[in-house]
Amino acid sequence: MTPSVEPLTELITDSLSREQHIAAYRWMLLGRISEEKYASLYRGGKIFGGVFIGKGQEALSVSLAMNLRKGDIYAPLIRDQAGRLAFGESLLDATRTYLGSRLGPMRGREGNVHRGNPRAGYFPMISHLGAMIPTVSGALMAHRFKGISGSVGATCIGDGGTSTGAFHEGLNQAAVEKLPLIVVVANNQYAYSTPTDRSFACRDLVDKAVGYGIAGHSVDGTNLSACLEVLTKAVKAAREGEGPQLVVASLLRLGGHGEHDDANYISNDLKKSEVGRDCLPLAADFLLDQGWATGADLAIWREEIVKQVEDAAATAQREPHPNPDEEDWCALATRHLSEGTNP
Amino acid sequence: MSSITYLEAIREAQAKALADDPRVFIYGQDVGAFGGAFKATKNLAKEFPGRVLDAPISEDAIIGSAIGAAIEGMRPIIEMQYADFSSVGLNQTVNHAATLFWRTQVPCPIVLRLPSGGTAGGGPFHSQCMESIYAHYPGLVVMTPATVEDAYSMLLDAIAIDDPVIFCEHKYLYYHLKADALPTEALPSGKARIARQGRDLTVVTYSAMLHETLAMANELASEKWEIEVVDLRTVKPIDTDTILASVARTGRLLVVSEGWPWGGVAAEVIARVSSEGFALLDAPPQRLNSKETPVPFHPNLWGTHRPTARSIAVAARKLLQS
Repeated sequence: MTPSVEPLTELITDSLSREQHIAAYRWMLLGRISEEKYASLYRGGKIFGGVFIGKGQEALSVSLAMNLRKGDIYAPLIRDQAGRLAFGESLLDATRTYLGSRLGPMRGREGNVHRGNPRAGYFPMISHLGAMIPTVSGALMAHRFKGISGSVGATCIGDGGTSTGAFHEGLNQAAVEKLPLIVVVANNQYAYSTPTDRSFACRDLVDKAVGYGIAGHSVDGTNLSACLEVLTKAVKAAREGEGPQLVVASLLRLGGHGEHDDANYISNDLKKSEVGRDCLPLAADFLLDQGWATGADLAIWREEIVKQVEDAAATAQREPHPNPDEEDWCALATRHLSEGTNP
Repeated sequence: MSSITYLEAIREAQAKALADDPRVFIYGQDVGAFGGAFKATKNLAKEFPGRVLDAPISEDAIIGSAIGAAIEGMRPIIEMQYADFSSVGLNQTVNHAATLFWRTQVPCPIVLRLPSGGTAGGGPFHSQCMESIYAHYPGLVVMTPATVEDAYSMLLDAIAIDDPVIFCEHKYLYYHLKADALPTEALPSGKARIARQGRDLTVVTYSAMLHETLAMANELASEKWEIEVVDLRTVKPIDTDTILASVARTGRLLVVSEGWPWGGVAAEVIARVSSEGFALLDAPPQRLNSKETPVPFHPNLWGTHRPTARSIAVAARKLLQS
């Protein structure tokens, strides 16, 4: 299978540099525009199943991914389109998975955000929240057994997901094993329609870090510079053997839970507050203010990205869908033990 | 004369696997210095430093991390303290490990060892047989060794197989069942074994119930009935061919399982024989399972809750005389 994930091989040396900001902004823009395309295709009835976008979460998502490199383990969750692309997934493969192309990495057996490439350290999520935490930990334990040093593993979850038993078990176990694990919690204020006061009662999710005996970091998820700085620090700490790192970002989910959801339950107060700001135009303004980009640059990048996105969608839409008669319908690697092949 | 118990065979298989393959490690509660709740890993932590690790009481995390380790090239053996507790990690087993290969074409070579089945005084949460739950999900191999030899060979097989294997070892057999020596050869996993040749009735069974069934067969032999006993060895896959060949010889089928009736292994065997071997049957196929309640604690209650040589004999005679 042709590799479709090309992670970075070099680590960020200066997270606050112009280069990093521009690279991050462009990944954020690619994430945003590609998801706008998926949402449009969804409304046009071209997508099977759901579309779950990460609008508002792009700064956080790319800031984590840009600190990972080849050899690390990355298990993103549902609102990490921007991070996945920054990690090295191809736009075409992401688009193929939504559109059900047989040529996509999941070959139609899974769709939308449930995609990955395990051999490249890019683990595909299962829907059960928290489950990826111990999975990444296990991968890191394998690295330890094999004498691989310097790698880290990262996974993402939302405010709602922190209520699961799997989250608790996973963080506790990673702490006991002192693994180089980074768990990024995007507190976007809602778990589907559930506001945070129905999800947890603690003062702040970052307080859980103390409970597990690990380091905790808080960050303004709407601010790209802050995200780059905090995620660089957290990933570096993990890489240097300081154990698991919990990063809690505050932001607002700027869309519905999925594109099927109009999210009219989201509080207007939150929308108007600081947490409700959109990280993408904020980042653009920052680049302009710093003199790191001009309006013309931003327009050119947008135009390039729109073309990339349109090309990927057009390509994926022309590709064949899976053929049930050509499927082997076998769930075991050990074929002779599979009852699916023994009618 | 030295002998080896079912439990010792399991320990020996793990020792061999650890020695032969650096990718193997063992993870579970109390498996390290303590040697495991049943001593299945006794001395292994000392013999293989750093490869037999104690886990917190977190079945989801234990199984989840085995999956991640397997993706990165290890071959984990997970010991659940009791089969009954594996349900806490059911999500990782059936939704993650079992689906990984189908979704990604990357195999998940984990072994989940489940101390299964009833012993006197075990009660509802230390006695369960979970094989039919796991067998129901595509993507898993489910083994139910009934003999010391199979406990050894099939565990080695389980570790070598690239798919997730649920290894249901029976607690009652741990110390009660002994053999003279470890085997030098074995039937391939996936093949059932004719444990006793017969003519009048086929009894298909597995795990601890094999021994109850063999005791019953000996008793009925004195009444001139020759009972053929088939040991499934694995319940996923089920060796339907061997079962059908046996029913072709005898015309009558009884399936005995320690699991509960609804949708269990016995029901599965009967469904297959009814649909694929209907013409071979001289009488309606029958099953015998544990009673439809949680497993009782008191030995008086436990004694009749699951099939025994006596209750199997009653069922067998009824079928032979019909």
